[in-house]
Amino acid sequence: MKKDSILLGHGSGGKLTKSLIEEVILKYLSCPELDVLEDQAKLDIKCGKIAFTTDSHVVNPIFFKGGDIGDLAVNGTVNDLAVGGAVPLYLSCGFIIEEGFSLSDFERILSSIHKAAAKANVRIVTGDTKVVEKGKADRIFINTSGIGIIPDGRDFGSHRIRPNDRIIVSGTIADHGTDVMLSRGDFPFFSDIKSDTNSLNSLIEHMIESGAEIHAMRDPTRGGIATTLKEFALAVRKNILIDEKFIPLRKNVSSALGILGLDPLYVACEGRVVVFVRDSDAEKLLNAMRNHIDGRDAAIIGTVLNQDGTDLILRTEIGGHRFVDMLPGDQLPRIC
Amino acid sequence: MKPDISGIIEGIKRLTPKKRVRIMEVCGTHTVAIAKSGIKDILPEEIKLVSGPGCPVCVTPQEYIDRAIWLSKQKDIIITTFGDLMRVPGTEESLSSAKAEGADIRVLYSPAGAVEIARENPSKTVVFLAVGFETTIPTITGTLEIAIREKIKNLFILCAHKIVPPALEVLASSEDLMIDGFILPGHVSAVIGIRPYEFLSRIHRKACAISGFEPYQILEAIFLILRQISGNQFRIANPYNSTVDYEGNTKAQKSISRFFIPSDSVWRGIGNIPSSGLALREEFSYFDIGTRISFPDIQSREPKGCRCGDVLKGIIEPSECPLFGKVCTYENPVGACMVSSEGSCAAYYRYRKKL
Amino acid sequence: MCLGIPMRVTEINENKAICEQSGTRVEAYIDMLDDVRIGDYVLIHAGFAIKKLSEEDATETIRLLSEVLSQDTR
Repeated sequence: MKKDSILLGHGSGGKLTKSLIEEVILKYLSCPELDVLEDQAKLDIKCGKIAFTTDSHVVNPIFFKGGDIGDLAVNGTVNDLAVGGAVPLYLSCGFIIEEGFSLSDFERILSSIHKAAAKANVRIVTGDTKVVEKGKADRIFINTSGIGIIPDGRDFGSHRIRPNDRIIVSGTIADHGTDVMLSRGDFPFFSDIKSDTNSLNSLIEHMIESGAEIHAMRDPTRGGIATTLKEFALAVRKNILIDEKFIPLRKNVSSALGILGLDPLYVACEGRVVVFVRDSDAEKLLNAMRNHIDGRDAAIIGTVLNQDGTDLILRTEIGGHRFVDMLPGDQLPRIC
Repeated sequence: MKPDISGIIEGIKRLTPKKRVRIMEVCGTHTVAIAKSGIKDILPEEIKLVSGPGCPVCVTPQEYIDRAIWLSKQKDIIITTFGDLMRVPGTEESLSSAKAEGADIRVLYSPAGAVEIARENPSKTVVFLAVGFETTIPTITGTLEIAIREKIKNLFILCAHKIVPPALEVLASSEDLMIDGFILPGHVSAVIGIRPYEFLSRIHRKACAISGFEPYQILEAIFLILRQISGNQFRIANPYNSTVDYEGNTKAQKSISRFFIPSDSVWRGIGNIPSSGLALREEFSYFDIGTRISFPDIQSREPKGCRCGDVLKGIIEPSECPLFGKVCTYENPVGACMVSSEGSCAAYYRYRKKL
Repeated sequence: MCLGIPMRVTEINENKAICEQSGTRVEAYIDMLDDVRIGDYVLIHAGFAIKKLSEEDATETIRLLSEVLSQDTR
């Protein structure tokens, strides 16, 4: 391949597509299932309950301090499986690329996908590549779908949540959204804030192994922990109380958001899990999480109240309270 | 050394009189800080915190937004604005919906960014929507100074600046409002100093304290206000002395008076307050987009039933407006008090209202 | 709209300064201030430094507070 950018022809299914797949994509994503280059991946799965999810990635900008769209594409889908208790196994990966997109940028993204998949112990087994005319897509969009197996006996979800359950978050909030915002270059700010994009399946397996009675898990992405917790309050129909002083937040993130006038509760994470655990097991689970590299900054941030309602209540640093609702729209578009 | 919060709260409790005390804050950022921190939950019942007209977006008349939207649809115009104005409903639509329909409207963190846009688009007319109190006004005059230095000829402003002290005069003189004390805006004060407020204590015998925006600073200000009331001696207390001093920023003040003169100005919900607005001086009137373009007669209509005006004067709580929470919500705002990020209704709806 | 952040001046280039707080750096115009030096603390609002800051002096509040708290409650 002599050209240094993606051409319309690369998406047409002919010779150029073949060379893009064989010379570029397989360089990074090669694995037995993918290498056969059939129209479908044939997977030998020991049957049980299968978890299946899909995610499209349109983040702007595609490269930011803590990662890139390739990281998000793998981690987002892996995490959606893992928070349901599934062991993630296989991903598909569909690219929609704007004509003229730099080949070296494409390779950089493929490299990120490869590394993220290796860390998460998943394989990309099937994929698709389309190219559209200049101006019809913003550089690159990626869709990943993923399947995993849910081992017998695991049943996580909001239906298991009970009053007095404690709520734990696995680390600092708002890192991802802040990194993306600052990396856009719309503001005259600079910072070393890095996205927290990361696969959570290793941490979650470790959490389950601790034996703590976990009821539900979710990864707070768009809309931040406020949106995720409010969704739970609506699903469970019990009021939820969280305490401002326990929510882990990096100083540099807090300061950057303070300048922009944004509330960290609503800013996206991409490598954090929020977990509801039986109150008597909360300390046990917290210690297990803190002993794992991806859960070092875990903290108990709140509790499910024994009150009917759908309120998410925040206890403030001075001992007052306020209600936390979902945002009406995007605080910031195209964050993941 | 910071005073300790529990000490301040205890001090407040001890100084709280038996009769009601009404304390008004006149800065939208304070309105939000008070709602977000839940201060009202820990204050004694007798202390009533009332929000005043401190949100520049809320007090800007409907007509201004309608004019900005009309401008945005004219040929070769780029509108530049602070984000706060985007969702404010005009009579027919908002800047946000005009943008979605193709108008060239750009949100800036700093008005200085408009100079860059003007430079990069020499054939376009770039207009900055100049809204804000004295904290913000020097950033616009600073921008105009840059435009002059760099000989930028295609940058203009649509001016709706207002200044705080004349509004305080109206609020302090109004017997209906029964205000006992004011929490004064910390960052406006950084620019204007303490002197412009002295009439509040000397003439109107109001207890005042200039406050920063942290919860402990607001509590501190409330404590100092109660102390004045209990001792019957009134002054402008300044616990925010890291940022505010008597003279303020004289260089910024000079920049403001270089470009602007006081003019009458209509405050939404209050009406005209003499000398409470700013207009460009004759020699700089070329920066006023109104001298370049003549606006059509726009029929602006205040929304029916909206009681933003009474909310802005602290006469009613947001929840007492018949539209609040039913017709007028944060997702579908009717009046400016709900849509502005610093409006009383928005603060109440987002942080205090049980949904 | 009155969002102003205290930041420390780390670099000066003519009429602009790089200011820092907890790892966030902002470039701001310093035209509204005289005699800005590296190490000064300034209030940043909308891309401009609008005031030089000093150490907060809470002496008066602390004094008044201790008077009030030391009175006997009846």
